[in-house]
Amino acid sequence: MTVIQKKIDDNPIAHLSAEDIELIGKELDTIRQEIRDSLGEDDAAYIRTVIDVQRKLELGSRAVLLASMFPPAWLVGTVGLSLAKILENMEIGHNILHGQWDWMRDPKIHSTTWEWDMASPAAQWKHSHNELHHTYTNVIGKDNDLGYGIMRVDEDQKWHPLYLAQPLWNFINACFFEYGIAAYDLELGKNLATKKRRQNPEFRAATKQVLKKIRNQATKDYVLHPALSGPSFVPTLAANFTANVVRNLWSHSVIMCGHFPEGVQTFEKTSIEGETRGEWYLRQMLGSANISGSKAMHILTGNLSHQVEHHLFPDLPSNRYAEIAPRVKDIFDRYGLTYHSAPLVTQVASAWHKVIRLSLPNDWLAETKPSNLPSQLGKLWKMSTGGKKVRRAMQARPVAA
Amino acid sequence: MTTTVPRPDSARSPLATLRKRAVRLAEMVTTPLLPVDYLDLFDPLRSGAALRGRIEAVLHETRDAASIVIRPGKDWLPHTPGQYVRIGIDIEGVRQWRAYSITSVLGRPDGCFTITVKAIPDGKVSNHLVHRARPGTIVQLDQATGEFCLPEQAPEKALFVTAGSGITPVMGILRNHAAQLSDTVLVHSAPTADDVVFGEELRQMAAEGRIRLIEQHTDSAGMLDARSIAELVPDLHERATWACGPVGMLEALEEHWASAGIADRLYTERFRPRILVTGEGGTVTFSRNGTTVEADGATPILDAAEEAGVLMPSGCRMGICFGCVLPLREGAVRDLRNGEITTAAPGDGVLIQTCVSAAAGACDIDH
Repeated sequence: MTVIQKKIDDNPIAHLSAEDIELIGKELDTIRQEIRDSLGEDDAAYIRTVIDVQRKLELGSRAVLLASMFPPAWLVGTVGLSLAKILENMEIGHNILHGQWDWMRDPKIHSTTWEWDMASPAAQWKHSHNELHHTYTNVIGKDNDLGYGIMRVDEDQKWHPLYLAQPLWNFINACFFEYGIAAYDLELGKNLATKKRRQNPEFRAATKQVLKKIRNQATKDYVLHPALSGPSFVPTLAANFTANVVRNLWSHSVIMCGHFPEGVQTFEKTSIEGETRGEWYLRQMLGSANISGSKAMHILTGNLSHQVEHHLFPDLPSNRYAEIAPRVKDIFDRYGLTYHSAPLVTQVASAWHKVIRLSLPNDWLAETKPSNLPSQLGKLWKMSTGGKKVRRAMQARPVAA
Repeated sequence: MTTTVPRPDSARSPLATLRKRAVRLAEMVTTPLLPVDYLDLFDPLRSGAALRGRIEAVLHETRDAASIVIRPGKDWLPHTPGQYVRIGIDIEGVRQWRAYSITSVLGRPDGCFTITVKAIPDGKVSNHLVHRARPGTIVQLDQATGEFCLPEQAPEKALFVTAGSGITPVMGILRNHAAQLSDTVLVHSAPTADDVVFGEELRQMAAEGRIRLIEQHTDSAGMLDARSIAELVPDLHERATWACGPVGMLEALEEHWASAGIADRLYTERFRPRILVTGEGGTVTFSRNGTTVEADGATPILDAAEEAGVLMPSGCRMGICFGCVLPLREGAVRDLRNGEITTAAPGDGVLIQTCVSAAAGACDIDH
C-alpha cells in the first residue's frame, strides 16, 4: 500500500497498486515530453496574438470609456475592459508567470520579467501559487488555496459557528478577489498574529511592495483614467470598478471550479510524506476538476477549464491542454479514476453547494427536509450557542455507522 | 556604455523636467505595463523602441549563402565597415542570437543594411536565414560592433586573407573604402569557383584593377598554407594584413607573421571560439532565478541555461565581448578555449564568461 492510499473513507484509488501508480506517472511523463519537443512557431504565434488582441481590446475599451457619460459607450467600454482584464489575468498573466512561455527566450514574455494587472505583485504570487499551491495541491494546512485559510473545506475540519458566515465571506472574497489573493500571498493572517512576525523585515518589505502595487493600480483605474475622461470622470470610475469586480468574480469562480466541486479530493498532511512522482501526479488527478465548454470559454478561463491537465503539467503552454485532455482522460478511464468535468454553471453550483454544506455542521444539510426543518433549526441553534462540549456531543455518531 | 556626469539641478532645463514628468505620467496610466509595450503594437521600429529590424529581402549569393536586407529601427547608428551586428531571430518559436558581418555600403538610399550569411552544416540560425527567412519578419538587433576595421589612416598597401564566409567583413571594407585602398591584394579560398560568395563582384573589382584577386579553389587545388601565401604575395611584409576564416587558418597565419616579426601588422577576426578541451560537467544552479541545470563538460553554461529557459545576458558567443559575464558564487568552471579552471569559494563572486565556460563540477551562479 502506498502512502496516498492510507486515505480511509471512500478511497478512490483502493484498486491501484504501487506499480499502477508509477505506470501512470510514466505515461504522463511521456505526454509531457512529447508536447515539450513539439513546441514551435505556432505556439509562439498564439501567445503573441492573444497579447496583441488583449492590448488592443484594452486600449479600445479605455478609449470608448472616455465618452462613458453616454450609456451605450459605458456599456461597450465596460464589457470590453472586463474582457481585457480577464484575458490579461487568466490566459496571459497566470500562464506566463507559470513559465509556460519561458522556452521562447523572449525577455518580454518571460516569467521572470512579467508583471500583471493585479493587486498581488508577480513575484509574491509566483511563490505562493507556483511553489505552495502547485506543490501541495489540496493538502489541508499546506495548500492555502483551499479556502484561502478562512474557510472550512473538509468534513474533517472541526465545525465552529463562525463558519456559518462562510458563504458570505466567500462572496465578499470573490468580489475583491485580487486583494484577497494579495493578502494571502502575504500570509497576512499568520504574519499579523504576533508582534515578532509583524516586525519581521521580510514581511514588512513584502507588505510595502503590495501597497505600492495597489496604489499604482488604484491610481490608474480610479484617478488617472477617470481624470482623462474629463466630464465622464464618475462613469469611467464606475466602469473601471465594475470591470475589476467582474474580473474578480470570474477568476474566483473559475478557480473555485478547479478544486472545490463535490467529488474532488483533499488530502491530509501526513498522506504526502515521502510521495513519489507517480503519487504526486495522482494527487493532482484526484484534486482537480475541469470545466467543459467552447474554445472561447477555455481561453477566457486561461485554460484553467483544463485544470486537471494544468495541474499535471503546470509549465506546458496553455494552448496545448485541449490536445492533451483526451489522452489524459484515457489514462483516467483505463485506471478506473473519475475525470471530473462539467459545464461552468454546474461546477460553480457544485462548488457553492460544498461551501454552504461545510458552513453547516456535518450532515446537517443532507438530513434537513421541509418536514423536519424546525427541529433541524433548533439543533443548529443549540450547536451555535452551546460550547465545544455540546457540539462534540451532538456531532458524535455510532462508530459502526 | 557611456555615462554622463550629472549636471547640477539648477542647470536642468525645464523642458527636460517636463518631459520626465510626462513620461512618468504615461507610465502611471499604463501600469503595470510600460507605454512602449502599447507603442510596440503599432510601430516596432520607431525611435525609442528596443532596437529591432525588419527583413526586407533575402538575396541568394551562392547555393548556400544569402544576403539579408534589413531595415533597422530609427535608433540604428551607422556602422564602421568590417563590423558585425548581433541579430536575434525567432526560430521554431525560440529566440536565437548570432553575430553576422555587415556587407552593405554605408548610407544606402533605402536606409537598409545587409548581412551576408553562409549556411553551415547543422547551423540552426544560418540555415534558417539562408533558406527559410521571409521578408516582413521582425528581428532583434544590437548596434554594430567589432574591431575588424581599417584604421583612420588607411594603409598604402593592404592584404586580405579570407576563406569561406570570412569574405563577409572584408567585402564590407572593400565596398566602402574603394577610394582609400589604392594597392590591395585579396587571397580568398573557397571549395569551387561557384562557392565564392560575391564571386562576380570580386572578379569585376579585379578586372577594373581595384584589387589583385587570388582565388584558391580548395576542392581542386587544396588548401593554401602560410608559406604559399608568402610566395603569392612577395611584398607581404610591406602590407597591413586582415585575415578572417577558420580558426586553423588564422592560427597558421598568426604563427607565420609572428616568426617573421610582423605580428603587429596582422589583424584577425574569428567567428567562433575554438573549443580545445571538455571537462566533467556538473549541476549549475542559478541562485536568484531558482533554476537548476545539468550541464555537460562540453556545453557552454550559456547554452545549457538557455536550453532550460533561463533568460541569460549574451553577446558575441565566442568569448570576446564580455556581454555574458556573470558572477560565479561557488564552484568550478572550465574555459573551453584553453582548459583553464576557474574556481570560486562561497562569497567570491568570480566573474566568468558563460559563453566559453563549461561546468567543471557543481556551480552556483548569481543570476
